[in-house]
Amino acid sequence: MSASAILIQFVFLIASILFILSLKWMSHPSTARRAIWAAELAIVLSVIAVLLGEDIVNYRWIVIALVLGSIIGVPLGWVSMTAVPQRTALSHAFGALCVTMVGTAEYYLAAPRIPPFKMAVLCGEVILGSLTFTGSLMAAGKLQEILPQRPITYKGQNIVNISLLALAALVAIVLVLKPGWIYLFPLIVLIPLAFGVMLIIPIGGADMPTVISLLNSYAGVSAAAMGFVVNSKLLIIAGALDGSSGFILSVIMCKAMNRSFTNVLFGAFGQVQQTAAAAVEARTYRSATAEEAAQILSVANRVVIVPGYGMAVAQAQHKVRELYDILTKRGIDTRFAIHPVAGRMPGHMNVLLAEANIPYDHLVEMDDVNGEFPQTDVALVIGANDVTNPAARTDTTSPIFGMPILDVDKARTVMVIKRSMNPGFAGIENPLYYEDKTLMLFGDAKGFVGNIVSELGANGSAH
Amino acid sequence: MNPEVTTNDLISGLFVFALAAFIGFEVIRRVSPLLHTPLMSLTNALDGIAVLGAIALVGAHHEHYAKLATVLGTIAIVAATSNIVGGLFITDRMLKMFKIDRSKKP
Repeated sequence: MSASAILIQFVFLIASILFILSLKWMSHPSTARRAIWAAELAIVLSVIAVLLGEDIVNYRWIVIALVLGSIIGVPLGWVSMTAVPQRTALSHAFGALCVTMVGTAEYYLAAPRIPPFKMAVLCGEVILGSLTFTGSLMAAGKLQEILPQRPITYKGQNIVNISLLALAALVAIVLVLKPGWIYLFPLIVLIPLAFGVMLIIPIGGADMPTVISLLNSYAGVSAAAMGFVVNSKLLIIAGALDGSSGFILSVIMCKAMNRSFTNVLFGAFGQVQQTAAAAVEARTYRSATAEEAAQILSVANRVVIVPGYGMAVAQAQHKVRELYDILTKRGIDTRFAIHPVAGRMPGHMNVLLAEANIPYDHLVEMDDVNGEFPQTDVALVIGANDVTNPAARTDTTSPIFGMPILDVDKARTVMVIKRSMNPGFAGIENPLYYEDKTLMLFGDAKGFVGNIVSELGANGSAH
Repeated sequence: MNPEVTTNDLISGLFVFALAAFIGFEVIRRVSPLLHTPLMSLTNALDGIAVLGAIALVGAHHEHYAKLATVLGTIAIVAATSNIVGGLFITDRMLKMFKIDRSKKP
């Protein structure tokens, strides 16, 4: 090994350490900005090191591609916060595309003399890469609402999917044994491409947080596989970190929705939904006006706001911030209870509220806030439904039984801003709405919160 | 970067993978749920380091399949670079939004 090659390897070593430090600094908002600098430094150093390497003889296309990639990257970094989930899905697709392209080229360059171990890893890289590519594009399409969000199911779906995957695995095994059978190779790209589409078709919009995390994990593992093929330890490390991050987030999302991991892996998402909504009896509920809601809030000591994705759909974040401001100014302890699946991806609701300038120390996770609901005067639910459904605790026949929820029904008064009494996307009745302590506030989230704010403002100035 | 990948390289790669995955679990478990969205966009950007493999692919001299390597490699560089640039950019934007309440509480 020449001196410069050794130097390059040392740069990669430093980059690996910076990657790990970067993730370590992500543990808390106070150190997180440092994480970006570490990541930037690591990437810039290693790209420079590779470009200066002896093996690089043609620079033209590299430079063109780097410039083009940066031009595409800037708008992708500048999307609105509500669009972050689809942007993330798209970037999983891009990562998978890169891995698949390189894997394919590496195969044709090296065939037919490829040792079995390397060929096996290469097959894994290409299969995972291709299915993540189309799967992520489908997920992005559903999140962007280009594709229908409703799950599409048909008879024998799982059999078709598993057969496709088994077929790809079979071709891979043949290729490991006979790496020279070049005409077989396109199959381990094309079959997983089809599989990726089939995998996401039956998944409904509400399950997107889990899907995005899972695709994140796949993208990471495929990148690590590429690291084996091109013999880059740095890439193996980056892929392993990304893969474990996606895996951890998938597990958190599964737990938050009370789904088992196999249930998720075999695409049985979104099938829970048919059972409920049958028994609709005319039960009574109480509704209130913005004026009444404002009065109740103004005499409260402690208020917990429960935001759901419906709040973001109504673009009500900034009105909610105004409500938060006016309540805190009156000395009312106001906090936000965040369910893990409150947005369209892990942690999404925190970002949406942070964008509206709500200080993050007032955003409380489910496990920390649940014990405090009995001492809470008012729980104000905005655009959330299933995550507040007490049936998940008590009704064994409910499709969401066992799902961890925010115990808003333990607060002294519950107010729910909702368009109508229609059950939500999942079609599950919420008994919370018929309790004596619950007040339904009918209307558009943005408009209604705005009305409460102006009522409170009017009262405040009258004093 | 990879003229000849030996079985030894692959085996030591497995060690690296196992250790890195373990560190990943331990480090990422400690990430506050507040930051799970920026975490995902950051790890995505880190994944863009695959650009190194693509650069080596496009930049090297190939006897056969040179055109294929250039075309596929160029697409790969574009895809990975956009992930790096876009991922770091949006992570930074998100992290800037997380502020603590500086007003005095009554």
